[in-house]
Amino acid sequence: MSEKKTLTFAIMDPPFESARSTTFFRLLEIAAGRGFNLNVFAYEGGVHLSFAKQKAHGNGVHGTNVETEHHPLPKIWVSEIMTKAQESGGSVNWVNCGLCADERGIDEVVEGVRRGSPADFWKLAQASDNSLVIATR
Amino acid sequence: MKALQIIEAAYRGTLEEQDDTIIWLTHSMRDTGADLSVLLTGNAVNYVLKGQDASGLEFGRWTQVNPPNLERELENLIAKDVPVYVMRDEIDRRGLGEAFTIEGIKLLNWEDLPKLLDAHDHIWHW
Repeated sequence: MSEKKTLTFAIMDPPFESARSTTFFRLLEIAAGRGFNLNVFAYEGGVHLSFAKQKAHGNGVHGTNVETEHHPLPKIWVSEIMTKAQESGGSVNWVNCGLCADERGIDEVVEGVRRGSPADFWKLAQASDNSLVIATR
Repeated sequence: MKALQIIEAAYRGTLEEQDDTIIWLTHSMRDTGADLSVLLTGNAVNYVLKGQDASGLEFGRWTQVNPPNLERELENLIAKDVPVYVMRDEIDRRGLGEAFTIEGIKLLNWEDLPKLLDAHDHIWHW
């Protein structure tokens, strides 16, 4: 086993619904900063995380406009983590479940995200030092 | 019509939404004239604690500059004449005691719950 670890994550939760997606991104970012090679299998609602058409908005309740609200968009987090991994000597191999994306109309994703299938998850986990499933509840 | 928002699911997407989604929903409907009350129960009783700080979220070069502020949102709801109740028993079970200091929060005992429910036409349990 090489010094550089390879980790595989599976995530089922969509953004904006629970704290699990944020926690998932925090774990990814730490691993990316350590130069690990990271695999992500986004399953079911998790395919929304990299959806390219996510849009920021203002918030009338908060009295903010689109700039001052600075609404978080997980698609940006995906790209930032990919960049950080690359700068740290690692990589992110992000696979969206293709059927999950189709049934949800997720037809545009950020650069670096590709379509795949459950077979990819199996192969990625097999080739990893460890794997972590972040299941939905 | 009078509706009671019972909030039990806590911190559900609050970092990404910069708010509790049901407190936000209550604000939004109240701003259009809706007659609403809020009851915090389960883990959501933690919302009444003062001084919570959700800042510091960062991913790469992205930094959250406008984190959720549940204390402010509850205070603003109360200022809009939305009664905010919290279950005393749930506070006690978590050892929170009287630590919360958001002014205007009403403690509710279990025996007073039926009266509160009866005072509303709709009960929405989130």
